[in-house]
Amino acid sequence: MRQRKYVPVYIALGMMGLVMALPVLMMISNSVMGGQELKEAYGAVLGGAPGKLSARLLPVYPTLKPYVELLLDSPDFFVMFWNSVGQVFSILAGQTVVGTMAAWAFARYEFRGRKILFLVYMILMVMPFQVTMVSSYLVLSRLSLMDSHLSLILPGIFSTFPVFIMEKFFRGIPGEVFEAAKVDGAGELAVFLKIGIPLGSPGIISALILNFLEYWNAVEAPMTFLKTKAKMPLSLYLPEITADQMSASFTASVIMMLPAVLGFLWGRDYLQKGIEASGLRE
Amino acid sequence: MKRKEQKAAYLFLLPSLAGTAIFVLIPFADVIRRSFLKAVGNTFVGFENYREVLMNQAFREAVLHTVKFLAVCLPLLLLFSFGTALMLCRLPAAKAFFQTLFLLPMAVPVASLVVFWKLIFHGNGLLNEVLQLFEFEGKEWMSTDAAFLILVFSYIWKNLGYDIVLWIAALSGVGEEQYEAAKVSGAGSWECFRYITLPQMKAGMVMIGVLSFVNAFRVFREAYLIAGDYPHESIYMLQHLFNNWFTKLDIQKMSAGAVMMAAAVSVLLCLLERWNERQDAV
Repeated sequence: MRQRKYVPVYIALGMMGLVMALPVLMMISNSVMGGQELKEAYGAVLGGAPGKLSARLLPVYPTLKPYVELLLDSPDFFVMFWNSVGQVFSILAGQTVVGTMAAWAFARYEFRGRKILFLVYMILMVMPFQVTMVSSYLVLSRLSLMDSHLSLILPGIFSTFPVFIMEKFFRGIPGEVFEAAKVDGAGELAVFLKIGIPLGSPGIISALILNFLEYWNAVEAPMTFLKTKAKMPLSLYLPEITADQMSASFTASVIMMLPAVLGFLWGRDYLQKGIEASGLRE
Repeated sequence: MKRKEQKAAYLFLLPSLAGTAIFVLIPFADVIRRSFLKAVGNTFVGFENYREVLMNQAFREAVLHTVKFLAVCLPLLLLFSFGTALMLCRLPAAKAFFQTLFLLPMAVPVASLVVFWKLIFHGNGLLNEVLQLFEFEGKEWMSTDAAFLILVFSYIWKNLGYDIVLWIAALSGVGEEQYEAAKVSGAGSWECFRYITLPQMKAGMVMIGVLSFVNAFRVFREAYLIAGDYPHESIYMLQHLFNNWFTKLDIQKMSAGAVMMAAAVSVLLCLLERWNERQDAV
């Protein structure tokens, strides 16, 4: 009986949820349409060809041919996919080392300058890319790193966002655990490696997932600091869509979306904890 | 013992701090210096660059559009996500399912989304197709004022889930016993909401507002990937302007602009910190 009053709520949420998921579902559906069918369905939109489009939600002749073609026959896509992978994972690996240590320092020690430094980190975290664009450019060209993978990777590694997230998780570990270890004679580094990292791992994973989504989606930095097409990540390749590549571009979108969505589904709980931790209160 | 700990803290922090100094802090100090110099000959010109930026027609319009965008989408997003969070909170079942659904857009790379937007809003796109059924005139949506609304929608679509998670965290911070007590003294659910829930949402709202503000600058990705360097004027924002200054390597204007933007963001954040501390003190 009581359940009944929730029916309108479920309907409202269900409709909103549908709007949320619709683009994803349609991309997937379009990606398994053959080139010919896509052209019939959307040719007018993307190719500028005259005529109307005959939209359909599900492919009439589903095929995996676009995937095979894209994965085997398009060298561009292949290169850019691996650019993305290489750039993102180098950044994440660096953040894991550098960021974890910094977060540990902020969370476990009361040192001089802690408060002001943490505020600086927080301010850097919320700075829009455009603010640091010119300073990054100056330093990258001074170091002759412009137009190299490192121009994305190095600034990415020193992003202060993961530090902020991980600090919250380290702070949440009860202090007695560490005191006990110290009494047993463990050094500072041993405490960090043997207790901090394992107990703080949910925080590290949260920060990594949030950052994976962020850098997989990178647009501003690569378009500012890279010139050579062969070094660009996928996110800049996809929008260049033309009629004869149409089915490839849907497929490419889905392939690009796939790691992000899978990572998201796998780490949903971590992601949620990470978002909660991003709440700016100390 | 104390000194040993201080040393450990600085050592943990060192790699991150060094990187941040090299890639952000020092170059940004250089940007501040440059913002007071003339482009040629490096002579000191005082606030000349600032004056020039502030008098610049494009800058004024970009600020106006940015402010307008923020003024429309921040309240919408905050209200909408709060409402949804309230609905989700009370749900007897399927809470996690809906939360996942609302978070899903976070995982969708902008580049993938853009292909989809083109499909819908293009001159011969799906939207016009539907409108034609009702005998409305279709148009090239991205080159009309509608571009603004499309961007607002993208922003809300992408950030709704993030804000919902934050709201739910804030809502669950309100102790259950307060509601119990109120119900005992005869308060209805509206009174509970008005006098217990709402007043305790103040801190949450400020914090979520700031995070949403920060995320709003990322909407440039959508705007740029859909409409390029010079989109319809209603969505020509500060980010576009910076980008175009960068293409012309107009370091002076960029420096002055970046310093002003950094100052604005820092002041905002410091005020928030102060406010947080005051709230904690009460």
